[in-house]
Amino acid sequence: MIRVERLGVGWLAAGVAAVLVAVVAGVAAGPVSLAPFDVGRELLDHLPFVEVRSGLTDRQAAIVWDLRLPRVVLGLLVGAMLAVTGSSYQGVFRNPLADPYLLGVAAGAGFGATLAIVSGASTDVGFVEPLPLAAFAGALAAVGLTYLLGAAGDRFRSPAALILAGVAVASFLTALQTYVQQRESETLRDVYAWLLGRLSTAHWDEVRLLLPYAVITAVVLLAHRRALDVLSVGDEEAAALGLHPKRTRLVVVIVASLGAAAAVSVSGLIIFVGIIVPHTIRLVAGTSYRVILPLSLLLGGAFLALVDLLARTVVAPAELPLGVVTAFFGAPFFAVVLRSSRRATA
Amino acid sequence: MDLRARDVGVALGGTPIVTGVSLDAPAGTWLTVVGPNGAGKSTLLRALAGLVPAGGTVELGGEPTAGLRRREWARRVAFVPQDPVVPPGMSVGGYVLLGRTPHLGPLAREGASDLAVVARTLEQLDLTAFTDRPLETLSGGERQRAIVGRALAQEAPVLLLDEPTTALDVGHQQDLLELVDRLRRDHDLTVVSTMHDLTLAGQYADRLLLLDRGQVVVTGPPDEVLTQENLARFYGARVRVLVDGGALVVVPVRAGTPVQT
Repeated sequence: MIRVERLGVGWLAAGVAAVLVAVVAGVAAGPVSLAPFDVGRELLDHLPFVEVRSGLTDRQAAIVWDLRLPRVVLGLLVGAMLAVTGSSYQGVFRNPLADPYLLGVAAGAGFGATLAIVSGASTDVGFVEPLPLAAFAGALAAVGLTYLLGAAGDRFRSPAALILAGVAVASFLTALQTYVQQRESETLRDVYAWLLGRLSTAHWDEVRLLLPYAVITAVVLLAHRRALDVLSVGDEEAAALGLHPKRTRLVVVIVASLGAAAAVSVSGLIIFVGIIVPHTIRLVAGTSYRVILPLSLLLGGAFLALVDLLARTVVAPAELPLGVVTAFFGAPFFAVVLRSSRRATA
Repeated sequence: MDLRARDVGVALGGTPIVTGVSLDAPAGTWLTVVGPNGAGKSTLLRALAGLVPAGGTVELGGEPTAGLRRREWARRVAFVPQDPVVPPGMSVGGYVLLGRTPHLGPLAREGASDLAVVARTLEQLDLTAFTDRPLETLSGGERQRAIVGRALAQEAPVLLLDEPTTALDVGHQQDLLELVDRLRRDHDLTVVSTMHDLTLAGQYADRLLLLDRGQVVVTGPPDEVLTQENLARFYGARVRVLVDGGALVVVPVRAGTPVQT
């Protein structure tokens, strides 16, 4: 019996469960600890047609809705974006080390954020926060530059040319960013804090900023999951199967870059999520993008929300930068998955 | 479906690789392109598959391919490359299912009829037992069958094979070529292949086309193409062409041994 490899019910349930655990744990834990059961009921109460009494006081409810939930939701969105765009980059470039920052997104966002911080624009000036916007603009400008450079003089632009252009753009922007940062050394700390990634200032504003891009990115990338499987046989064979490899790659790269830029603009640079989550899924759940992409959204989101929980609780009341925690826990975890799956397939 | 090419030319990076090639492969026939290394055989095949920008005209079933959309081309012509990419972790069933791509819209999913085509193809190629096995764990001969299976699942009337037997031992070479021949008869496929082994080329093709430096030198039935003079002149090869039970056998001869005619 031939079956199409797609996301099984078991993995779908596991992904949804991971998200729910991350939400409840993320909202319950903190300086004022709340009973997970009450948190669950409080959240349920806000669903349409559901009415349950949570037993939380007004103050506790305010903590849930104004402080913790936006942060958890932002963690879910950022993690989902980093993981799903990482998978997509790995697919269109057929490169296991491709990540959401491949084409200069990180360097561009870092440069934009640094400019905003040193110019003092990072403090609130009314209705929008300039820091994420500057990071977003920097990230998109960097990807645009990479694309122009990678396509220049090469009508049949190759994936390798694009990656090399990304390396050049990233190095250049990192140099500019370091220069600006050194000249304005009193803001060094703020710049580093941003670069290392955080969700601590999360409000619903950031969620609202990211959400439309996250939805567009998720929908477009998911729509390409079968095309990414076809692309895995290489450009020429994909073309022989009736696909337009370059057109497909262009659409996926643009949309993934948009999603990654939006995520980075509110969270700072969180490394490793875009590589570790997709590869863990490949090792345990399946290598088809019909499995990898939807599961990346769920598990990437849950992973980052839980990492953020660790980041703000292990050294409370201080906070660890998210990028540090993703790498500290992510790298050994990934090593274990890699080793155990090698043994299983050997 | 008849395949007809007129004055096909391909230049890669400004260098002409194939120039002025015309060929005819009527429906249900097998044409094999032979020629020394670098003669442009693979490039010619890729031009027929629409994978490289080419001058001249290619007609499929009397219709010009110019302006044909990629997907429409892929429904008419299936292409098996010389060195196909084996995606890590992909099952044989999933791989053959990729062959249904030209029949699906950009966002569509495979339906029951697509799965039925794949099941039938695997059955025909004796691969049903391998359906869930990762492609990379198959032996060379089995893997080559799976790759032909992907092309077959395209249900295209024209099948292009680039050096399909290169990595196989002689027994598996015969198995694969017999399989292609059987499929050609069963489905009335037009087969165009390239091949290095001249004896096998002569045994399986209806017609041969000898390509040298991108140009057609001679085309015709095997006994007109596989002559000692042609092989000496265009391959720089010392060979004897023997006739064994009606089939041509090309035997290499060491330098110093007198070549008999």
